[in-house]
Amino acid sequence: MTNIAAEDLSADRSKMTVGSQVAVEMIGVNKWYGEFHVLRDINLTVRKGERIVICGPSGSGKSTMIRCINRLEEHQKGQIIVDGTELTNDLKKIDEVRREVGMVFQHFNLFPHLTILENCTLAPIWVRKMPKRQAEEAAMEYLAKVRIPEQAHKYPGQLSGGQQQRVAIARSLCMNPKIMLFDEPTSALDPEMVKEVLDVMISLAESGMTMLCVTHEMGFARQVANRVIFMDQGQIVEQNDPEAFFTNPQHERTRLFLSQILH
Amino acid sequence: MTLRDAAPSTPLSGQRGSGSSWLYDPTIRGIVFQVLLVVGLALFGWWVVHNTIVNLRAANIASGFDFLSTRAGYDIAQKPIDYTIDDTHGRAFLVGLLNTLVVAAIGVVLATVLGFLVGIARLSPNWLLAKVASVYVETFRNIPLLLQLLFWYKAVLSVLPGPRQGLALPMGSNLSNRGLIIPRPVIGEGFELVVGAVAVALAAAFGLSRWARARQMATGQSFPSGLAGLALVVLLPTFAYVLAGMPITLEYPELKGFNFAGGLVLKPEFMALLLGLTIYTASFIAEVVRAGVLAVSHGQTEAAYALGLRPSRTLRLVIVPQAMRVIIPPLTSQYLNLTKNSSLAVAVGYPDLVAVFAGSTLNITGRAVEVIFITMSVYLVISLLTAAFMNWFNARVALIER
Repeated sequence: MTNIAAEDLSADRSKMTVGSQVAVEMIGVNKWYGEFHVLRDINLTVRKGERIVICGPSGSGKSTMIRCINRLEEHQKGQIIVDGTELTNDLKKIDEVRREVGMVFQHFNLFPHLTILENCTLAPIWVRKMPKRQAEEAAMEYLAKVRIPEQAHKYPGQLSGGQQQRVAIARSLCMNPKIMLFDEPTSALDPEMVKEVLDVMISLAESGMTMLCVTHEMGFARQVANRVIFMDQGQIVEQNDPEAFFTNPQHERTRLFLSQILH
Repeated sequence: MTLRDAAPSTPLSGQRGSGSSWLYDPTIRGIVFQVLLVVGLALFGWWVVHNTIVNLRAANIASGFDFLSTRAGYDIAQKPIDYTIDDTHGRAFLVGLLNTLVVAAIGVVLATVLGFLVGIARLSPNWLLAKVASVYVETFRNIPLLLQLLFWYKAVLSVLPGPRQGLALPMGSNLSNRGLIIPRPVIGEGFELVVGAVAVALAAAFGLSRWARARQMATGQSFPSGLAGLALVVLLPTFAYVLAGMPITLEYPELKGFNFAGGLVLKPEFMALLLGLTIYTASFIAEVVRAGVLAVSHGQTEAAYALGLRPSRTLRLVIVPQAMRVIIPPLTSQYLNLTKNSSLAVAVGYPDLVAVFAGSTLNITGRAVEVIFITMSVYLVISLLTAAFMNWFNARVALIER
């Protein structure tokens, strides 16, 4: 694992403001895969504009937790309220939540049969019912923000991993989400491409986006996060602001984990 | 050393050295081998043809293609075009060819529909449906086709009761050991109006869907073009049909004595072959479809869901376009297999090209070489045409990578 040092990333924390409204609320959330208890009594409140980094060993339930927020995974007990809408079996509410929550995956998951531009306009056209031209204009704007407008008419297979991940971010932003979820966005990238993706995520944070990010990029956590969450065995073991989290971890398990990933 | 001595004198020809070893030049070698191969093939071909002609002459067997215009003298059980025993072998060939094409074309359409349904059913979260589909696929895929044809013909259709005790179906249809008898549409005056209405409705529905698409792209408003198009295609011809004084009447089969008169008869031979080919090939197509859908990674579905696309839209806009690319090439093979397997018709007595031409005509005329040559060429041409079409279609939907 490569870790970009905090000094290599430049982020302006003064632009990142946290509001008072609640964006995501998880109350007593539990989930099982058969016998296996993946999430145990998760309680988490995320306010608008917060940037939360979630870390922990593999299998600790971090991905499962954020995937519950847009119902890619179903929770079995407890409440999840996203932007005022509680997630239940109600398909309409699930649609509502998914429209407002963007997600970036480890393996990009761009649609290989569509061009970069079509990838970005697909959802706005079919879900937001936006005129094609308007959707394309918006898409070009976001592609410019992630610094690849010149690739708009290529296909995903023609782009590098870092470029593809930046397109994936732009694709999510085209839906104008209120909350962005990142599921290990840099773990599948070649080392030299990690920074270009992190830079895009930093500028997104500076624009005031609410972000929940599963990552082991501790430099990014230091620079951007206002809270770092450590998970183990389906539980939130510890959460703190990055400074305190890294310099003075409270739990033995956290200390062990940090000593393994920070050299 | 030697290399240093030779190198400066012939710098461009590499290690060739002195002029005597031109044999080691790959270009010249290539040409020599090609020429030798062509000459060899030509000699072999000439020998085969010459040998055949000489032997046929020695055995006093007539050769040539003149038999095509002589009287066939036998009847054919199913005739899509007019044919009597006084017609020529050429016409018998045409009847056999049409019978082959009819069963293959209908079989391809039915096998595709059934195969897609079963393939998708096997992926269904519904346990019972998925299991039924699995049993279907594993059963019919693993029993020889010839045996299945005999099963449908001898064990199912031939043991049905006679027409008088046959299974009565709606609209006066009847299923018996004489086959399936259904009402026959009789076309009367004014039918052109209905045909015209169908054409107009199809064109209008097509135009409508394009307009709706364009409008959605321009303004974002969607329009139920599928439903409206369906209504057009159903209502307009119906209206024209009534207006033209109902020019299509149905001739119902009637029981006269021991058999039915009138109506359209689908003979047991045809049904057995069609059933066998369809059910057998559909089990392979089902697997092709299943593999195609599974080949699209689950991440694609998740990404589409995360963007707020509904499952039906995800299937249509994201999964199917990608799955089709994996499905089409093996689907082509299945179409070719079905067409070629239709030559097993001879086992159930369906008069296809092989049964009629490579069977009766060959036996009567004795022109084995000519008849088999023509028959083989026909299958080759049909298969190549099918493959060419499918390759063209495949190229249109191919994935662009790098």
